[in-house]
Amino acid sequence: MSLQDAVAKYIKDGQLIALEGFTHLIPHAAAHEIIRQGRRDLTAIRMTPDIIYDQMVGMGCIKKLIFSFMGNPGVGLLKRVRDSIEHEYPSAITYEEYSHSAMANAYEAGAAGLPCAIFRGFLGAELAKVNPNIKHVICPFTGEKLAAVPSVQPEVSVIHAQRANKRGEVLIEGIIGVQKEAVLAAQKAIVTVEEIVDDFDDMHPNTCILPHFVVDAICVVPGGAHPSYSHNYYQRDNAAYKEWAAISADRDLFAKWMEDNVMSVGPEVFEGRVAHLRGAK
Amino acid sequence: MVEFTPDEMMTIAASRLLTNDDVCFVGIGAPSAACNVARLTHAPDITLIYESGTLGTAPNVLPLSIGDGELCDTAVTTVSVPEMFRYWLQGGHVTVGFLGAAQIDKFGNLNTTVIGDYHNPKIRLPGGGGAPEIATSAHQVFITSKQALRGMVEAVDFYTSLGHGTGGNDREDTYGVKTKGPTVLITDLAVWKPDPETKEFTVVSIHEGVTRDDLQATCGWSIKYAQDVRETPVPTELELNTLRDLQSRTAIAHSL
Repeated sequence: MSLQDAVAKYIKDGQLIALEGFTHLIPHAAAHEIIRQGRRDLTAIRMTPDIIYDQMVGMGCIKKLIFSFMGNPGVGLLKRVRDSIEHEYPSAITYEEYSHSAMANAYEAGAAGLPCAIFRGFLGAELAKVNPNIKHVICPFTGEKLAAVPSVQPEVSVIHAQRANKRGEVLIEGIIGVQKEAVLAAQKAIVTVEEIVDDFDDMHPNTCILPHFVVDAICVVPGGAHPSYSHNYYQRDNAAYKEWAAISADRDLFAKWMEDNVMSVGPEVFEGRVAHLRGAK
Repeated sequence: MVEFTPDEMMTIAASRLLTNDDVCFVGIGAPSAACNVARLTHAPDITLIYESGTLGTAPNVLPLSIGDGELCDTAVTTVSVPEMFRYWLQGGHVTVGFLGAAQIDKFGNLNTTVIGDYHNPKIRLPGGGGAPEIATSAHQVFITSKQALRGMVEAVDFYTSLGHGTGGNDREDTYGVKTKGPTVLITDLAVWKPDPETKEFTVVSIHEGVTRDDLQATCGWSIKYAQDVRETPVPTELELNTLRDLQSRTAIAHSL
């Protein structure tokens, strides 16, 4: 399925969606397609809202963020998200904030079909006071006070992976983050991949593979994680991450960048963007 | 006489505190540099864990983010993020959590969430990430911070992660936390340790060429000193060369 068709078919205004990829395999091409199709009022979950949610917030797609770390990793702050929070530009957003441990547990609980996640967390952490969805339960066996948060169960999850095979199975390698949990927790899952191969017959028996019956759309978008990376395909574009700080800091520069690099192009541009990053890793 | 910068002294002083037996959950920035200098000098068998799921990693260059491919390529194994936080951190396998912060108070409580009111922020910071649970699940916590009045404050605006709370036994009495919490603070000017009773950070060694006036001018609380304050041993040539080689390899790798 084309990425355009998958986004048009599965992602609707006002939905609860997750785009995952923990510093690796971040679905940039899919985020750009959501922006191009003008989705609005999304509640967007992501452990680490980085450049893609900065772009989606800056373009007015998102009304609420659910997250645990909001930054351009290793580089700095997200200026579009901050502009929205601090100055309501281009519109106000609300947010619901957790820790990584809480979000990871919540995805796992979602994948397990449970209503909530229970873990040892938020001890002395003030987020528990400002986020009413961080609660506690008492262990019925030991009496220990444990943190509880609602499970994450998106209407649609979107991830990027290395490859799929002709049966529609998806392979994820390297830093696998919470992608498996995000797909299993969701009602619908869209996966962009670098390529489609015949089969996975030569893979290690414990390789992380999502079987075809949990994936609703597979879209081939070579380079679709740029400027993040695809392990064994291309490296991270660190220069692009560093450049984002300046683009994001200026409303007009941001608008022009989005027009030139997102609105007036399509998913096919990603392959060219990673050409100089292939080879080494 | 070897020349060095305050930042280099901070990183090297921090690296000396890590041992071969440590399993260290590494924050990005200064903690990452310190952990890798330790690994490349006196602690080659140290286990470094980054929250992206890379366990036992040995990067040749410092990562830009906690999830660089370099970390995965050199790791003993790479696990999912839920497994990392549930089994490895919450399960009690991490001996040292190594954190930095935008704001720190004298009891080692850290703020990376917000300056001002949470619901009406003056400055919105990135948030806690892994820190809230690292701070309570790791057996002990090391903290690095550059000294500045806006960073070292009497009271943090927001408790992103718990240190010693209001001091004394507050950590265990109020929150039931049994791990040690912050046991050392390494700044660009000094090394600090909590007073055994009050748990307030007190200066135990001052870096070469730094005065007590320098320390107080960059710290928002009234500083207490340990009885026996020493001078931090200056970096050895090996330590300094190791750090600089690591940083120059990193600069080249990140400019590609």
